[in-house]
Amino acid sequence: MSKPDKGMNVPEDLLYTEDHEWIRVVDDKNGICGITDHAQNALGDIVFVEFLSNIVHSKIERRETVAVVESPKAASDVYSPAAGTIQTVNRKVEDTPELINQDPYGEGWLFKIEIAGKSSLENLLKPSEYLKLIKEG
Amino acid sequence: MNVELIFEKSDSGQNNYKLPEWKGPSSSIIPPGYIRTGINLPDCSEPAVVRHYNNLSKMNFGVDNGMYPLGSCTMKYNPKINERISGKKIYSSIHPFAGEESSQGVLRILFEFSEYLCRITGLGGFTLSPAAGSHGELTGVMVIKKYFESIGEKRSTILIPDSAHGTNPASVAMCGFNVKEVPSNSDGDVDFNKFMEMLDKDVAGMMLTCPNTLGLFDRNIIKIAEALHKNGSLFYGDGANLNALVGRVRFRDVGFDLMHINLHKTFSTPHGGGGPGSGPLGAADHLVKFLPVTIVIKDGERFGIDSDRPDSIGRVHSFYGNFSICLRAYIYIRMLGCDGLKDISDTAVLNANYLMSQLKNIFNLPINRKCMHEFILNDKGLPNGITTNDISKRILDYGFHSPTVYFPLLIHGAIMIEPTETESYESLQRFIDVMKTIRKECDAEPEKILGAPHNTPVKRVDTVLAAKKPVLKWGD
Repeated sequence: MSKPDKGMNVPEDLLYTEDHEWIRVVDDKNGICGITDHAQNALGDIVFVEFLSNIVHSKIERRETVAVVESPKAASDVYSPAAGTIQTVNRKVEDTPELINQDPYGEGWLFKIEIAGKSSLENLLKPSEYLKLIKEG
Repeated sequence: MNVELIFEKSDSGQNNYKLPEWKGPSSSIIPPGYIRTGINLPDCSEPAVVRHYNNLSKMNFGVDNGMYPLGSCTMKYNPKINERISGKKIYSSIHPFAGEESSQGVLRILFEFSEYLCRITGLGGFTLSPAAGSHGELTGVMVIKKYFESIGEKRSTILIPDSAHGTNPASVAMCGFNVKEVPSNSDGDVDFNKFMEMLDKDVAGMMLTCPNTLGLFDRNIIKIAEALHKNGSLFYGDGANLNALVGRVRFRDVGFDLMHINLHKTFSTPHGGGGPGSGPLGAADHLVKFLPVTIVIKDGERFGIDSDRPDSIGRVHSFYGNFSICLRAYIYIRMLGCDGLKDISDTAVLNANYLMSQLKNIFNLPINRKCMHEFILNDKGLPNGITTNDISKRILDYGFHSPTVYFPLLIHGAIMIEPTETESYESLQRFIDVMKTIRKECDAEPEKILGAPHNTPVKRVDTVLAAKKPVLKWGD
């Protein structure tokens, strides 16, 4: 398989949002989330990541803000792709935000969530749908 | 170019100016701990000081040096007569405690200025207190809150389109309301169907920036106003971009209940940089009673101050706002008159549309429709990995300030251009020629673009390093 274009890496095993977050559903209950390759590429060098205070263990709705990522171009809210309870956040990216640029789907993950129920994963985009969105956008 | 600070140029014994030693009695009022024995001032000779600051000023770039097409900021030329008049001693030496009797002229200016703003917007009353556009917004949202308290209704949501000014959500959040973002459609108008879905009895109001940050006049504005009012909600207009419509659109007729105006953008007052600024807030008749104290009133032939306003939200600024800024705007309005004000918006819109028509075949134009006072290009389709950032740096090499870049966020890689009404046809033409040259360089000499700027005192700045490891003060 050929290497995807810059900012166009959309792994097959994830689900996506229109706001450019991804979620890896580990089992029925748990998910890992971050921002997509497209998002990090559009933002450019990420220089600052801040999680909302007391976000760990708090219950949130889908599309509620979990963190803010900032580049020289813009500051952008990161929303939760699903409703649930935030279990942990990746403190490593606070000190080394460049991990999000280097490895958005791996080392640059942002938070883990206990998903409220299967229904909260409805309406997320499949890889093919997300790829279509960013190609047309 | 690394310029030494004046402190680094300091060398002991350079400054031979000495204050005579104090021979009188010392005051015992100041506690000894607060008396300084030495002041750490740089030790430089007079010529060294003069040269230092003159050389720094030569490295600066302002609208008095050249065209400054910074979208959303309206870097228009400010006539020097504003400075000449407002700098006169009769204005610069007045004191807020001087009393009504000896301040009749000043009060008259403030009163008449409010009247002019009422005539321009069609609103019932204005407060000149807010010290910035964002402050005007905050005051406006406080009025919204007070209004719903007064009629005993509890509403907690304010709708804001994604094409609004970024300060709008901040003002709303500071007043304890929830922000709900209304998406735009692909033409840059508010998505009316989505808006209607979001409009319920919890909506206290909507804040619409008009023209919006895409430089567009929302074609649904009348429908939005009607729907809001039918729902019992208020319509707040962010009038920062009034410079596109002054004298042409009376916003009360459109349906705005509240509207602030950033004086610098429309009425040629100095730009921020820490102030002083001014962001007067206007209110429709039924909301005037909530405006902050104090208000200048006219009783017969006399002007006075009214602080006894029981329904007012209170005071938002000491005394009466930033008088000298209001004075400059007043001068501008008096100088231009009604017809002149129409010329401001006509020329601002004409200039922007002319530039857009000349540049849209050279760079990508994401939203292709008639613009108001500004428009947006982006870097889509540029060769050799060249981005908006590179283009903006190369523009500096040709003696222009760069447009606004990467704003608004709605458009990827935005290059936002606002020529303003004060640029001549010749200067617009020079800018077009430069943009054409730069586009050719993108293909033929990309290294020139990628390495720009080459001709400025400071070359390309490492913005990532500056954000990660900012050096904010000199020395230890």
